[in-house]
Amino acid sequence: MIRIESVTKRYPDGTMAVDRLSLEIPDRSITVLVGPSGCGKTTTLRMINRMVEPTEGTILLDGADIQRQPVTTLRRSMGYVIQNAGLFQHRTVVDNIATVPRMLGWGRQRARERAAELMERVGLDTALAKRYPYQLSGGQQQRVGVARALAADPPVLLMDEPFSAVDPVVRKGLQDELLRIQEELGKTIVFVTHDIDEAVKLGTMVAVLREGGRLAQYAPPAELLSDPADAFVEDFLGADRGIRGLSFLSTTALELTTDPVIPPDATAERIGAADAAHLLVTDGEGRPLGWSEPRRLTAGDIRPDRLLPYGRPFVPGVDSLRVALDCAVLSPTGWAVAVDDAGRVRGVVSQQTIGDAIRTAHQDGRTAHQDGRAGDEKVLG
Amino acid sequence: MNIFDFAHAFFGDSANWQGYDGIPQRFLEHLQYSLLALAVAAAIGLPVGLLTGHTGRGGNALAFIANAARALPSFGLLVLVVLLIGFGLLPVMIPLVVLAVPPILVTTYEAVRTVDPSPVDAARGMGMPESRILFQVEVPVALPLILSGLRSAAIQIVSTATIAAYVSLGGLGRYIIDGLYQRDYEKVVGGATLVAFLALVTLVLFWAAGRFTVSPGVRRR
Repeated sequence: MIRIESVTKRYPDGTMAVDRLSLEIPDRSITVLVGPSGCGKTTTLRMINRMVEPTEGTILLDGADIQRQPVTTLRRSMGYVIQNAGLFQHRTVVDNIATVPRMLGWGRQRARERAAELMERVGLDTALAKRYPYQLSGGQQQRVGVARALAADPPVLLMDEPFSAVDPVVRKGLQDELLRIQEELGKTIVFVTHDIDEAVKLGTMVAVLREGGRLAQYAPPAELLSDPADAFVEDFLGADRGIRGLSFLSTTALELTTDPVIPPDATAERIGAADAAHLLVTDGEGRPLGWSEPRRLTAGDIRPDRLLPYGRPFVPGVDSLRVALDCAVLSPTGWAVAVDDAGRVRGVVSQQTIGDAIRTAHQDGRTAHQDGRAGDEKVLG
Repeated sequence: MNIFDFAHAFFGDSANWQGYDGIPQRFLEHLQYSLLALAVAAAIGLPVGLLTGHTGRGGNALAFIANAARALPSFGLLVLVVLLIGFGLLPVMIPLVVLAVPPILVTTYEAVRTVDPSPVDAARGMGMPESRILFQVEVPVALPLILSGLRSAAIQIVSTATIAAYVSLGGLGRYIIDGLYQRDYEKVVGGATLVAFLALVTLVLFWAAGRFTVSPGVRRR
């Protein structure tokens, strides 16, 4: 565990970068430092590997003061990923990744084998091994940066706005990849960003910092969204924090109905029996085809091209209430379609029912994380 | 007679290819003075440029001194040094080194100072010692510029080393100075042609050095 104890960084000109900050960063989880520019988040990160020395206070790594060991030893035990990747342009991809192992005295062959292994780990084609950084896209470069930081298998990974220089689509890919890698490797990651959405998506714990380097709130993302500590945090979270908080609510308990769902060979009786403004017609396998008003359907002659589109379906238990609500909002009928992994309809759910589920969830205070990131001990600084 | 006739007459005369005043001998002498001066200038300019470029300190003072040194006329300096310490190789080396240090030092300083800071930050953050950051991260990227500084220094030395002949030393300057004194324009043109040839050879050598030492990742092809 990394424990930041009442750390202050004051520059000679009097600028306060970090002001008496205390944080406990739990092991094997992603802790995000987020805030507007000038809030001291990068300074805080750089104090952990002593790229910046604190004016006051101490930082403990597994109980030991980081000042006690040689700075190079400390840094080699921590992976470091920066914005724009900071690759060595005169070295090939494989040699970039092998940098720290080579510094630790590994043989060239072993270091390169390790590098190739890491390329696969971060989702890079090993055919790129002999390329130079200028021959890679921004996203690929950043993956190399992550692989290089992981090369010597350090327990800690420090990431300073690693994904902020790539376009949104690539960024989302990199974020998903990071979550996947983290699930496999379980590193202690400290992640700096100015993007609150990124913080909420990646963080097990999120520390919101404000100008002058003071801690505004330190909480799991769901708590941050549902219960901001003050007006600054609320403002920083943005206008739609309620909607975004739905990302942390599960759809497992959502009540689905199969009443308005009919097969392609439904009888006139079945069509007439359904008590709904719209019916969802499936194909023979149970996959959705589209919506229709019952009176427009003729038994035995259901034509898929005359149905209303069913929009995007969601997978209960996998997708969050936010996705389910989005599906319902986008559906022409106001009903969201729930499917299983194979795309077969499990039922449909109305906006009304989703709204009820949201109210119930808020009342219960249940904030089940949707993707297994829950369960980490809540640690307050 | 035009310049080509002079050159043709000079290089066609077999007497010019032999003995202590022959072309091979003078060429070799010229090469020796040039290499020695370049080595001394590099031994001064490179370490200072690398260090100041890496730390980013002392650059302004350096640029000032270097520009002041550039303003010194080599020939004037030579005469001054000879008056002070007499004849020999040293008084020739001093103006050549004074001439060559500024381009080496200033370009090396600028080359290292302007290296993209993010790989340096990454290297430092992964626990690379400063010396290794300089030689394994900064220098490989700064190399094309550093070589260009050495190249302009080398070209200036090659053309200026002719002044060695003024103080009774050898080199290709012998032909030019003796030729002017003797009104033997074949000799003057021959000497000048040889100096120009050596300068071209220097260019080619530096081009080849760049090809072999600069990473394709930096050359970007």
